[in-house]
Amino acid sequence: MNSPTREEEWAIWLRAAISGDVGAYRRFLEDVTPRLRAMARRRCERYGALANDVEDIVQEVLLAIHLKRGTWDQSRPIGPWISTIVRNKLVDTLRRRGRHVSVPIEDIVDTFEAEEQTDSLERQDVERMLEQLKEHQRDIVRSISIEGTTVRETANRLHMSEGAVRVALHRALKALALRYRSDFT
Amino acid sequence: MNTDDFISVLAQDSTVRWPFGRTLAVATASGVAITGLAFFLGVGFRPDIAQALDTGRFLFKFLVTLALATMATGLIWRIARPGIPVGRWNWTLLAAPILLGGAVIVELLVMPESTWMSSLVGTNARHCLTLIPLLAIAPLICLLIALRQGAPARPGIAGAIAGLAASGIAASFYAASCTDDSPLFVATWYPIATVIVVLAGYLAGSRFLKW
Repeated sequence: MNSPTREEEWAIWLRAAISGDVGAYRRFLEDVTPRLRAMARRRCERYGALANDVEDIVQEVLLAIHLKRGTWDQSRPIGPWISTIVRNKLVDTLRRRGRHVSVPIEDIVDTFEAEEQTDSLERQDVERMLEQLKEHQRDIVRSISIEGTTVRETANRLHMSEGAVRVALHRALKALALRYRSDFT
Repeated sequence: MNTDDFISVLAQDSTVRWPFGRTLAVATASGVAITGLAFFLGVGFRPDIAQALDTGRFLFKFLVTLALATMATGLIWRIARPGIPVGRWNWTLLAAPILLGGAVIVELLVMPESTWMSSLVGTNARHCLTLIPLLAIAPLICLLIALRQGAPARPGIAGAIAGLAASGIAASFYAASCTDDSPLFVATWYPIATVIVVLAGYLAGSRFLKW
């Protein structure tokens, strides 16, 4: 049983992230992602013809976790919180892709406990959504997505204040989620 | 963009300045404050408030409306955060109807039948049906704005419960101005006003609370 320690680790990382620790947040997201991918792949295999969508779905679910991380009550275990978000988002995103599915919460919990490693893949959805954002939001997201660039470096490069970049980045991510929601409907 | 790069972008936005709990607390307080202000500026206490405070029937109205406001607000707290079992909290919404139902039975037992109809119709039905929804607007909007930061599994239901909480808050103020204290009046008109607000909350929720 390694899941309790994993969840404890996630809780520690996310708690640090919420108070501003970028490194801890990256570790959290990187540790969650392979498990999301396994879940998404299972769903796609079961409901057919969606294999190419796996990585897009992973990114969309990551974005949902990101935007809703403030709803985690830090005095409670992180497992039920993240499983519920992932389940709801998976159902939602598969439905928008034309698949009516049900995802039992136990499946999510089981997959979170399993080990699985696969490579990150290049995907198009997020690029297409980015095209629809305001120009300065797009520039900021692209700039930061270039290997390891921080908010500070981006601020310098674009001649903006760090605070302005932070605000613009956050708004860009919210706008991105909105694009996801409207794009498939 | 590959997922590793996408993670890099998300990681740079790590800080949460407004955890959901704080957002909801501020929204609830703001809603109550705005409605309170609107009430004292635009409606005000009934003229005989001093005598009314000595009667159980007047005070009982607040027991019902405050039960609705607190239970519904407590439920929002749970349904807006993924992974928190709602469990028996659903049942707490029954507190207000049960209290009211009990009071109606007592009223029917102790009051002569000839008074029932005039108690039910009362004198303020029109006020009740307009003022409760009007006073509920601010708390409903505040709660819906807060809920946009939440992650309710069923957006329409979340909006409807916000509507319940908002009517509870509005009715708690309105009850201090209304001179109809009979449970027959309260059990007839307050729920109609509440349904209007709940419906508005449901429609707004289905539209604005998707995430």
